[in-house]
Amino acid sequence: MTELAWGAEAWSEVRASLDRCIKCTVCETACPVAAVTELFPGPKTVGPQAERFRTGGQSPDLSVDYCSGCGICSRVCPQDVRIAELNSRARSELKRERGAPLRDQLVARPGLLGRAGRPVAPLFNWAMANSLIRWAGERTIGIHRKAPVPRSTTRTFSYWVGHHVGTRSARRVVYFHGCSTQWYEPHVGQKVTAILEHNGYQVVIPKQDCCGLPLQSNGLFPAARKAVTRLARQLVPDGTSDLPVIASSTSCGLMLKREAREILGADSPELRSVSQRTYDIFEFLLELHQRGELRTDFKPVPLTVAYHAPCQQQNQLIGKPALEILRLIPGLRLVELDRSCCGIAGTYGVKREKYEIAMRVGEPLFADIQAEGPDLVACDSETCRWQISAATGATSVHPLEILHRAYGGS
Amino acid sequence: MNALDTDVLVIGGGSTGAGVAWDSALRGLHVTLVDRQDFATGTSGRFHGLLHSGGRYAVKDPGSARECAAENRILRQVAADCLEDTGGLFVSTPEDDLEYADRFLAAARAAGMEIEEVPVGVALRDEPRLNPKIRRAFRVQDGSIDSWKMISALLRGAQAHGAKVLPYHKVVKVIRQGDRVEGAVMEDQRTGEEVRVNAGCVVNAAGAWSGQVAQLAGCEVGVRPGKGVMVAINHRLARAVLNRCHLPSDGDIIVPVRTVSVIGTTDHPVADPDDTECSPEEVHQMIEAGELLVPGFKESRALRVWSGSRPLLPKTEGAAGAGDREVSRSHTVLDHGARDGLEGLVTIAGGKFTTLRLMAEDTVDVVVRKLGRGAECRTRTEVLPGSESHHFYWIGNRQQEAESDPPDDPLICECELVSQHDLDTVVARRPNWRLDDIRRALRVGMGPCQGGFCAFRVAGMLHQEGRYGRAEANSALREFVQERWKGVKVISWGAQARQTRLDRWIFEGVYDLEHLPE
Ligand SMILES: Cc1cc2nc3c(=O)[nH]c(=O)nc-3n(C[C@H](O)[C@H](O)[C@H](O)COP(=O)(O)OP(=O)(O)OC[C@H]3O[C@@H](n4cnc5c(N)ncnc54)[C@H](O)[C@@H]3O)c2cc1C
Ligand code: SF4
Ligand code: SF4
Ligand code: SF4
Repeated sequence: MTELAWGAEAWSEVRASLDRCIKCTVCETACPVAAVTELFPGPKTVGPQAERFRTGGQSPDLSVDYCSGCGICSRVCPQDVRIAELNSRARSELKRERGAPLRDQLVARPGLLGRAGRPVAPLFNWAMANSLIRWAGERTIGIHRKAPVPRSTTRTFSYWVGHHVGTRSARRVVYFHGCSTQWYEPHVGQKVTAILEHNGYQVVIPKQDCCGLPLQSNGLFPAARKAVTRLARQLVPDGTSDLPVIASSTSCGLMLKREAREILGADSPELRSVSQRTYDIFEFLLELHQRGELRTDFKPVPLTVAYHAPCQQQNQLIGKPALEILRLIPGLRLVELDRSCCGIAGTYGVKREKYEIAMRVGEPLFADIQAEGPDLVACDSETCRWQISAATGATSVHPLEILHRAYGGS
Repeated sequence: MNALDTDVLVIGGGSTGAGVAWDSALRGLHVTLVDRQDFATGTSGRFHGLLHSGGRYAVKDPGSARECAAENRILRQVAADCLEDTGGLFVSTPEDDLEYADRFLAAARAAGMEIEEVPVGVALRDEPRLNPKIRRAFRVQDGSIDSWKMISALLRGAQAHGAKVLPYHKVVKVIRQGDRVEGAVMEDQRTGEEVRVNAGCVVNAAGAWSGQVAQLAGCEVGVRPGKGVMVAINHRLARAVLNRCHLPSDGDIIVPVRTVSVIGTTDHPVADPDDTECSPEEVHQMIEAGELLVPGFKESRALRVWSGSRPLLPKTEGAAGAGDREVSRSHTVLDHGARDGLEGLVTIAGGKFTTLRLMAEDTVDVVVRKLGRGAECRTRTEVLPGSESHHFYWIGNRQQEAESDPPDDPLICECELVSQHDLDTVVARRPNWRLDDIRRALRVGMGPCQGGFCAFRVAGMLHQEGRYGRAEANSALREFVQERWKGVKVISWGAQARQTRLDRWIFEGVYDLEHLPE
């Protein structure tokens, strides 16, 4: 893919990319949503074709809302048409015109949901598990009653950070943990810190808010733009302006690397700088390994782990670094799940009208998992893990957790 | 030979002829309208698509500016469905004289145009692709015209008032009885049959060909065809019409028409109005010119190139032919009775698409006087069929409709969103459709792939329905594809070259188009 300009110009370039479409239909055959529902006419149709019929201010098509934003189309297009980016923008226009429903506003602010849930976490989790209340939720705010919803914790990640005594080192990294670690899965953040410290790094963990990705995927662009530029500022505490920024949430990492620029058209000096320095955690570890700097004092992990590379990680165009690192672990039987999408695509699959579609999209993946019957499913994206567990009953973990275990963690 | 009787025979089914037919029919006259080809295939189907605000003429030709401003207002009232209300901007690019902008503003106001200067920042916010170096910007009431929609609405309106329309009927002879023209003989271009039409009055509305038609009647009309080249760019680079604010020259307007942006145009005298060749130099000139209004224009995908011929009349003709009503300089009604002593023939020449209504009014005024009957002109207020709701045509209409198409109504042309149902509806309207007629009616094959994916579908379906025999379907397909390629060969670079390659693989590799059985 070609590199886009920063700021408002990015959109002009994305739009201009529609000129490159030669109607070859490659994207149509790869889109997981078009494959399972007639409600979505497919990437070529809603992307480069429909875009020609759009002018600002009035959206002619609603079906673009069924695009999950998984980004597969943009990745497979041989002509570098930025299909998924075109769709994102069109969705945002649609929401701007018609107003986003309350449900979009709610799932788009995980911090809000997480914060609301926290002091009463057990009660919240019970409520989310209770089908009657979930059913009421579907009725009133349109979150599907069976959709995977995270469990809140009573202690946030930043609470742990406040009590953590880190190692000091000349080799330092900044850790961008994202909201799900903060509100739902603080153990992921603890393990990332431990792994990096084990490899001799001092981990700088600045106070940080949401990257704005959920706002973006629900079409709330101005708010998302604000969020990501604020986050970029937060990720450059004094004296860290040249450190690698490590992301353990693939989607949030992608936001900093590409989407803030390519979809939101955001721009700020901090964002440009952070964007260039952002690494997926496994991308970073793989580079260490390639330089011979990764510690490989692994204990055997006698488990069968099925690994799913989520779309948002694939969209970083870094291959599947987690797979390569996990392969180093003795005793581990690693199965690569070669399926494109689990269906959830961020918050897409939790919406009432999209839930069934998302489940059908994930069907081939779920079937592979069930056929394999692994001890664990590993996947870098939190929402995908929730979806996979909800759909298959399998226990899913961040691949980090397996690495952490190989390093002797519990 | 078949013979028909009519009050008014109109020769030429472009915007002018269709306007004359509508106007006469509304006045209670019986009209017959003929064209040697399908309607809207002359200059009217090959023009730039601009509903003039008048701005282009404000400084140089205030009379035309005033006419455009007034007619623009009327057409918006009576023909909304054929127009898109894009609005327009006149901008001073770094190469344009700022002093001209002041003169322009004053002249535009004097011509009765609605015009407003907007801060450069506002213009750039509205039009992100506009050259950021512009120094002044004026908002005007430009729009775009869908020529097919307009002409077909005029024809439907006329037909509803009793008019008869005959496409593919070429006038081969004008019937003269001494000093009187009494009608004409047409040859059906599809069957070779001849038809005679006896008329109380013949209107020569053959545009750039009106000299040729006048010659058939034995008189001279000095129209000089002036060729203009246009290039369509794959998508809209701007929402509004973009005009350079300077004395009119080549390639200084970009018009958003349907899904494309059209840059134009040039003006070269040619001997034959059927000369539609576009040279690579002319194309290059347009593309370069676009760069000044929209930086990066050159990198945009050019879809198609075409040219049309202006029916220009030397100024002397205007003075000689004016009737008792003062006729503007932009068009002229030649009463051959007064001019050449030949009664029963009127030529309308010059003008613009934008002023078609006024041209028709002026012409039919003369016709009514000659026939001694016919009512007052009603076209100022009579709304055209399809425009009753007064909603302007909007670029998103097709996309919106395609959304509600039932799933069992597949798209045939994906670029222009034409469904099988659309095709069926159109072909049922009249017999003997050529693929190219269907293209004009539905825009099949007008999108980025230029027929690569839809032409064979349409030919195949028409064959399946028994409308085309095998040989007919094959040759129709070949003819259509060759015609489309003519328009793309001079712009085959970048994305369009890749598309052409793929299309060729489909037509030559998969269908072996060159060797399909006759
Ligand atoms: C390059 C270019 C760009 C232009 N852009 C604009 C613009 O943006 N806005 C605007 O308002 N105006 C524009 N104009 C002007 C406008 O397009 C023309 O003035 C208008 O379309 C002329 O229409 P018409 O009906 O007089 O001629 P035509 O549309 O040419 O119609 C004449 C018809 O006569 C038929 N004919 C010829 N000979 C015979 C025969 N022997 N028997 C039967 N039929 C015959 C032809 O087939 C043809 O269909 C442009 C002109 C040109 C050349
Ligand atoms: S893959 Fe790319 S070029 Fe092919 S149809 Fe899709 S958008 Fe167009
Ligand atoms: S982003 Fe995913 S769902 Fe959307 S069109 Fe592309 S492939 Fe399909
Ligand atoms: S996508 Fe996740 S969740 Fe990542 S930081 Fe951003 S929310 Fe906030």
